[in-house]
Amino acid sequence: MTDQYDARLLLLHPDDNVFVTRAKIAAGDSLSIAGNHMAVAAAILPGFKVARTSIRPGDSIKKYGAHIGSATAHISLGDVVHTDNMKSDYIPTYTEEKITEYTSGRKIS
Amino acid sequence: MKGWERPDGRKGIRNVIVVAYLVECAHHVAREITIPWRDQDVHLIGFPGCYANQYAYNMMERLSTHPNVGGVVLVSLGCEGFNKRSLQRAVSASGRPVETLIIQGDGGTRSTIEKGRAIVEKMRAVLDEQPTVHVDLSELVVGTICGGSDGASGITANPAVGRAFDSLVAEGATCVFEETGELIGCEGHMASRAITVELADEITRSVGKAARYYETLGHGSFAPGNAEGGLTTQEEKSMGAYAKSGSSQISGLIKPGDQPPSGGLFLLDVVPDGEVRFGFPNIADNAEIVELIACGCQLIIFTTGRGSVVGSAISPVIKVCSNSDTYNRLAEDMDVNAGTVLDGTRTLDEVGKEILDAVTFVASGGKSRSEELGHQEFILTYKSFEPVGPACLPTSRITAHHKAAE
Repeated sequence: MTDQYDARLLLLHPDDNVFVTRAKIAAGDSLSIAGNHMAVAAAILPGFKVARTSIRPGDSIKKYGAHIGSATAHISLGDVVHTDNMKSDYIPTYTEEKITEYTSGRKIS
Repeated sequence: MKGWERPDGRKGIRNVIVVAYLVECAHHVAREITIPWRDQDVHLIGFPGCYANQYAYNMMERLSTHPNVGGVVLVSLGCEGFNKRSLQRAVSASGRPVETLIIQGDGGTRSTIEKGRAIVEKMRAVLDEQPTVHVDLSELVVGTICGGSDGASGITANPAVGRAFDSLVAEGATCVFEETGELIGCEGHMASRAITVELADEITRSVGKAARYYETLGHGSFAPGNAEGGLTTQEEKSMGAYAKSGSSQISGLIKPGDQPPSGGLFLLDVVPDGEVRFGFPNIADNAEIVELIACGCQLIIFTTGRGSVVGSAISPVIKVCSNSDTYNRLAEDMDVNAGTVLDGTRTLDEVGKEILDAVTFVASGGKSRSEELGHQEFILTYKSFEPVGPACLPTSRITAHHKAAE
């Protein structure tokens, strides 16, 4: 996966299927990844994950070259990857219920 | 790089005299002894507890015979439980000058301070005449820790340290990362990097132990602020801390005070064994720094986002800041700005190289920022550990085998 991507995105490892935002990307901005240009619907803050490719439900989400959870929905190139579309595959005590609870009612903005 | 060769073959990048109080009651006297030499590598360490503790004893012995230490002054009140005779013998056997002062027998506070200062003066003069030798990167033992982390730590400073660690390991150096409690969720990945399957099992078990320990204390690691910062899962958060370890194979699992038997990357298990007995495994970052140093680390790379300013007794601490805002606010306290990765002016590889340059600079006698500012924090508290099993250190067998073959 060698490709050109927006300077506001950071690729931590060549095997990753998500980028990390290094700066705020405002609503309405255009994001370019591998020659595709996408309009950003809602602002993305620094430190969030953006899909580097199209991801199917159940696929592994890779960051730092490591598995950090699985997709729970179809994720398109350029989408924000967060609690709405991925989950932890780790021990339940630390995972979805708590995270969902922590973030319920809160949308990425 | 230059340093001092010790009789056990290890090399120090500093030639420090440690003045060690063996109970809190001797702390003031020990501190007063060091004050005239506060900028001349005379450091204060100690254990405050009156009741003996094997872990604390082992730590004090490892620290007093650390490669960066050239001489030792022990300061006892007289009636505490610490085994001062055994410590004095161990330091003496290591070839270092050592003196023990006992406040109750040496005439009280003022008299003991005067005797101590006279001892340090003579010892400093002797140590300052000791010749230096060349130190190779492969002779360095480097530890890493994160503290006061922020959302950027896991994507700038920590992976940049990982790259520096990869370069150091490739040069034959020994690198140590730690805090299994912050690595919950990474055990599968860590296990896949272990050089033997038996070590992989031990790593997995050590993280399970940390998970149980923190659960008993009522501490989950994933907090609401983490999700607000863009982190989605426990394993993702842990990966941010784990990124400091780089991508080398993991050569062993050690516990506080264990000396890595070879070059390579080692995981330090800082969570006590057995039932939860003495509270938090480490009450603040400096307790972990002291444990890394007790494992022989001659210098420590410390990543921070919010802006930790600490240093340490015995081994210099290099600060890597995760973001430019904090870096600019605390520039005097920071050695490397990894925030340049977010600014888009440096890549992770470039910051990794800057960290490596800072390591070489400090190992050549250059002062790190915290060292220059006089930071010499030190914490040692009660803990208990079982020794590591043979599966934790596969390279000690390889080393022994190689030695036998020579």
